[in-house]
Amino acid sequence: MNDWYRHIIIAPILVPLVAGALLLFFDERRRVLKAMISVVSCVLLVGVAIALFRLAIKGPQGGFDGVYLLGNWAAPFGIVLVADQLSALMLVLTSVLAIPALVFSLARWHAAGAHFHSLFQLLLMGLNGAFLTGDLFNLFVFFEVMLAASYGLLMHGSGSMRVKAGMHYIVVNLVGALCFLIGVSTIYGSVGTLNMADLALRIADLDPDRRMLLEAGAGVLGVAFLVKAGMWPLNFWLPAAYSAASAPVAGIFAIMSKVGIYVILRLSLLVFGEGSSAGFGLNVLLYGGMATILFGTIGVLASQALGRLASYSVLVSSGTLLAVLGLGNGVVTAGALFYLVSSTLTLGAFFMLIELVERGQDAGATVLAVTMEAYGDADEEEEETEIGVTMPATIAMLGTCFAAIGILLSGLPPLSGFIAKFAMLTGMIGVNASNAVGISLSVWLIVALLILSGLAALISMTRAGIRTFWASMEGTVPRVLVVEMAPVLLLVAVTLVLTVQAGPVMRYMEATVERLARPTLYIDAVMDARRAGQPAQTPVGATVTEEGI
Amino acid sequence: MELVLALAIGIMTSSGVWLLLRPRTYQVIIGLSLLSYAVNLFIFSVGGVKSNAAPLLENGVKTADLADPVPQALVLTAIVIGFATTALFLVVLLAARGLTGTDHVDGREQPK
Repeated sequence: MNDWYRHIIIAPILVPLVAGALLLFFDERRRVLKAMISVVSCVLLVGVAIALFRLAIKGPQGGFDGVYLLGNWAAPFGIVLVADQLSALMLVLTSVLAIPALVFSLARWHAAGAHFHSLFQLLLMGLNGAFLTGDLFNLFVFFEVMLAASYGLLMHGSGSMRVKAGMHYIVVNLVGALCFLIGVSTIYGSVGTLNMADLALRIADLDPDRRMLLEAGAGVLGVAFLVKAGMWPLNFWLPAAYSAASAPVAGIFAIMSKVGIYVILRLSLLVFGEGSSAGFGLNVLLYGGMATILFGTIGVLASQALGRLASYSVLVSSGTLLAVLGLGNGVVTAGALFYLVSSTLTLGAFFMLIELVERGQDAGATVLAVTMEAYGDADEEEEETEIGVTMPATIAMLGTCFAAIGILLSGLPPLSGFIAKFAMLTGMIGVNASNAVGISLSVWLIVALLILSGLAALISMTRAGIRTFWASMEGTVPRVLVVEMAPVLLLVAVTLVLTVQAGPVMRYMEATVERLARPTLYIDAVMDARRAGQPAQTPVGATVTEEGI
Repeated sequence: MELVLALAIGIMTSSGVWLLLRPRTYQVIIGLSLLSYAVNLFIFSVGGVKSNAAPLLENGVKTADLADPVPQALVLTAIVIGFATTALFLVVLLAARGLTGTDHVDGREQPK
C-alpha cells in the first residue's frame, strides 16, 4: 500500500497521548527529562500539523481526501477523523501556541505542582481530537479529555483563589457536558446517526416532527458549545477562571474558548448550511455575540487588574467571532478565521506577558493605582530626581511587547489585528458587500461594536501601560528569564509574519470558507472514503442503516 | 414502561437542578450525580424502549425486533466519563473545604 502517509491524520492525537502516558512513568524530581519529553512531543506536533496543513492545501486534487477510518470501518458505522483545511488550520494554531506556553512554563511553573507536563499533553490531545473528529459522540469524548486535563491545569499551583475558581469552572463545565449528552442523544434519537457527514446527508429528507426534535437537540448541543465559547449570558465563569490560572495555562487556554467556536462553525455550515433547516440558530449567534462584545467591552474598561483585562478581552474576541459567524456571510467568515488566528496568538502572548509585568509589582498595586486615578492622587508628584535615568533593557522589552499586544488587541495598523478587523469590516460594509437591499441594521450594529470594542481595548491598554511602565509606584525592575521573554516575543513575531504574509493567509482562509460552504464536498469525502485493503467501497450492511430508532 | 422511565428521568432532573442551585458543595455534587443519572437514562431511552430484545444481528432476525446497540454503547461511555469527573470534582470540593474552611460554594459564608 502506498498510502502510509494517511496515518499522519491520527498522529496529532497519538503523539501527545503517548507523551502524556510516558511522562507518568517518571518521578516528579526528574524535571529535565520530563521537560525534554514534553518539548519533543510539542515539536513533533508542530511538524505533524504543518505536514497535514500542506496536505490539506493540496486537497482532493492532490490525492488527499483527509479522511481516516478508525479501525478500518466504513464511514457511517465506524468513527472517522477528518482533516480538512479548517481542521488543519486549527491544528497548526494549537501547536504554534503550545510551544511558547510550554517553554514559558519551564522557567518556574512546571515545578509548581505535580503532573504539569502530563496534563499539558493530554490537553493538547483533547484539543487536537476535537478538531479532527467527524463524529458527534467522539467529539464529546475529546471534549471531556480536554476538560478533565484543563481542570487539573487550572488548579496547577494551588492556592485558595485557583481552587475556588476551579470549582466553579468544573461545575459549569460538568453541566455543559450533560447538555452536550442530551443534545447528542436527542439528535441520535431523531436522525439515527452520529456521524456528522451522515447527519448532514439525512437531514435533507426528514419528517417535520423529527426535524423539530433534531433542532431541539441541536439547540441543547449548541448551549454546551456556547458555554465553552463564552457567549453572554453563559460566560460569567470565564473571567474568574482565566485570571486565576497560572500564566502558561492561561496562555494555552486562549485556544480553549475557540474550540466551541470551531465546532459551531463546522456544524452550522455542514448540517444547517442548506435545506429547510438552513440558517438554524444564526440569530442566536448574531445577537448573543453582540451582547458578548458589549459585556466584554464594559469588562475591559472596568478591569483594574491586568489578568481580568485579558480575560475580558477573551470575551470580546469570542463575541466578535460569534456575531460575525451569525451573519452567515462567506467573505466575512474568512476575515473571522483570520481574526481567530490573530486574536488567539495575541491573547496567549498577553496572558504570559502579564505575569512578567506583574512580577515587579505588589499584588494590590494595580487596583490601588486605578483607585487613586479615580479619586485623585493625595501626594501628587514628589520631585523629579530621576531625569536621565536610562530604561533597563528588560522594561524596554516588556514595554515593546505590551505596546504590540495593545495594538493587536485594539486592531490598529500595522499589525495583524488591524488586517483581521479590516477584512471583516470590508466584507460587511465594503463596496462589494452592499447588495440591492442595502446594509441591514444589525450589520451596522456589529460594525459599531467592533470599532467601539477596539477603542475600549486601546483605552484600557494605554491606561494599564502608563501605570505599569511610566508611572510605576515601586519602580522595581522585574527579574525576567530569557525562556520567559522568548515565548512572548515568538508569539508577537508570529503575528508579525501574519501581517507580512496577510495576502497568502487570507487566500487560504477564503479557500477554506469556500470549501466549508459546500457541505457536499465534506460529505462525499467521508462517505466515499476507501477502506484500506479494499479496491472500492462495498455497501456492507446497507440494510442495517435503515434500522434507525 | 415509557411512562415510568419518563417520570424517573423528570424527577431526577428536577431534583438534580434544585440541588445544583443550593449553596453547599455537597448538595451540588449530589445534584450533579442525579442529573447525570437522568441523562444516562435519557440516552438509554432514545434508542426506543424494548424488552427482551438482544442487540445482535443474525440471519433471519428483523432489524425492527432488535434493541439499538448504539445508545447502550454511548451510555456506557457517558457513565464512565461522568463517574470520573464526579470523582475529580469530589477531590476539588475537599481541597476547597480545606483551603477556605467552609463548604459554601463561594468559599465564604453568606452574611445573615
